Amino acid sequence: MLPLALDAVCFAARGRTIIDRVSCEIGTGPRTVILGPNGAGKSVLMRLCHGLLQPTSGTIAWQGTHETRRPREQAMVFQRPVMLRRSVLANVVYGLKLAGVSRAERELRARDVLDVVGLADRAGRPARVLSGGEQQRLALARAWAPGPEVLFLDEPTANLDPGATREVEYIIGQIHASGTKIIMTTHNLGQARRFADEILFLNEGRLAERAPAGQFFKQPASAEAASFIKGELPWQ
Amino acid sequence: MGDILLALSEAARLIGRFDANLVAIVALSLEVSLAAVVIATVVGLPVGAVIGVTRFRGRQTLIAVLNGLMGLPPVVVGLLVYLLLSRAGPLGQLGLLFTPVAMVIAQAILVAPIIAALSRQVIEDAWREYEEQLRSLGAGPVASALTLIWDTRFSIVTIVLAGFGRAAAEVGAVIIVGGNIDGVTRVMTTAIALETSKGDLPLALGLGIILVSLVLAINAAAQWVKETAQRRYG
Repeated sequence: MLPLALDAVCFAARGRTIIDRVSCEIGTGPRTVILGPNGAGKSVLMRLCHGLLQPTSGTIAWQGTHETRRPREQAMVFQRPVMLRRSVLANVVYGLKLAGVSRAERELRARDVLDVVGLADRAGRPARVLSGGEQQRLALARAWAPGPEVLFLDEPTANLDPGATREVEYIIGQIHASGTKIIMTTHNLGQARRFADEILFLNEGRLAERAPAGQFFKQPASAEAASFIKGELPWQ
Repeated sequence: MGDILLALSEAARLIGRFDANLVAIVALSLEVSLAAVVIATVVGLPVGAVIGVTRFRGRQTLIAVLNGLMGLPPVVVGLLVYLLLSRAGPLGQLGLLFTPVAMVIAQAILVAPIIAALSRQVIEDAWREYEEQLRSLGAGPVASALTLIWDTRFSIVTIVLAGFGRAAAEVGAVIIVGGNIDGVTRVMTTAIALETSKGDLPLALGLGIILVSLVLAINAAAQWVKETAQRRYG
């Protein structure tokens, strides 16, 4: 279903433009990181791509499909994932059920992915009593279990401590290695450096720059990106 | 003062030896109120869930009306059901007036708005938290509603218990449509009203003690359910 093509996508809410004429094509392969300061519109752009929001104008199209929200094809992990009030295993099974996976297969597959995210021994515990890091790992397992082609991650480690962040990044790496396309937002430069293959730099709702990660950090083409990397205060 | 103490000890004796008359009255009370609450839940919960997760014109007005109906005076409900079921009324043919069925109908009408209004609030709050996640996972409206009901199940249990408390403790509706017929439609509240005016204080007091204990027990159970669930499931 990739590439994902955005053409002059705009999104406005309450008279304020949040996403301003973003056009780009995101293809298979590299880990794509949408980087930008708080309030740049990263989360909104991601929700537009995922299909939770509809663009005010412009189009978002997946290759060869009109259906944009099928969990089997593309899934999303939120900054603050919502754990259902049931067991860890049941949370993953729930996602598989909605994705149309047969009853016989659900539990087997759920146990497999829990193994990958290191929660196999927690399978029977209520999901809501897990720690923040464990909850985010469970959210990854739940989103990934149906085998989506694309996984959107909206600041998946913004609320986590460094240890939990490393675990989550490691798991995302595994998911990438399994062939799932990773598209992630972050405002964290360190994380983008560690993790990104290519950078989409978003500033005030506009796509200011797109470049391979190495090039982006060495020689940013746009003045906004350069000052963001240097950590300059924008009003000085 | 002596009379009251005498009546109290007599009441304790009635309870202690499971007086047949007293047990029959308590049993009918529980049967009627339980049936009413089951019906009210079957009707009120889906209504509350639908209003909680949908947006439509006039929704705020409907919610205001629903909240207002929580304070419906039992005697007025009794009067309306009486008019419906009386011989000349539209449902008079059924011959239900002065039967336990009539009492169940009246109490169900009284309790259904309570369950609908309170569950609407709980489910709407949960929806605000869950909406994006459920849509992202691909849940349609029906799957979402069922998930929300299941995930708020502990709050809903306490709502249902509150409804039961209201039904068991009201007197206005059941005395009008039931008629307080000895052995047929006499429940705790109507018996207390009658025995007090007749001067049979021991029976009235005994029933009063049981009724208050029941209401306290229900509230304790509601609190226990909620706290235990919070601890175990977060």
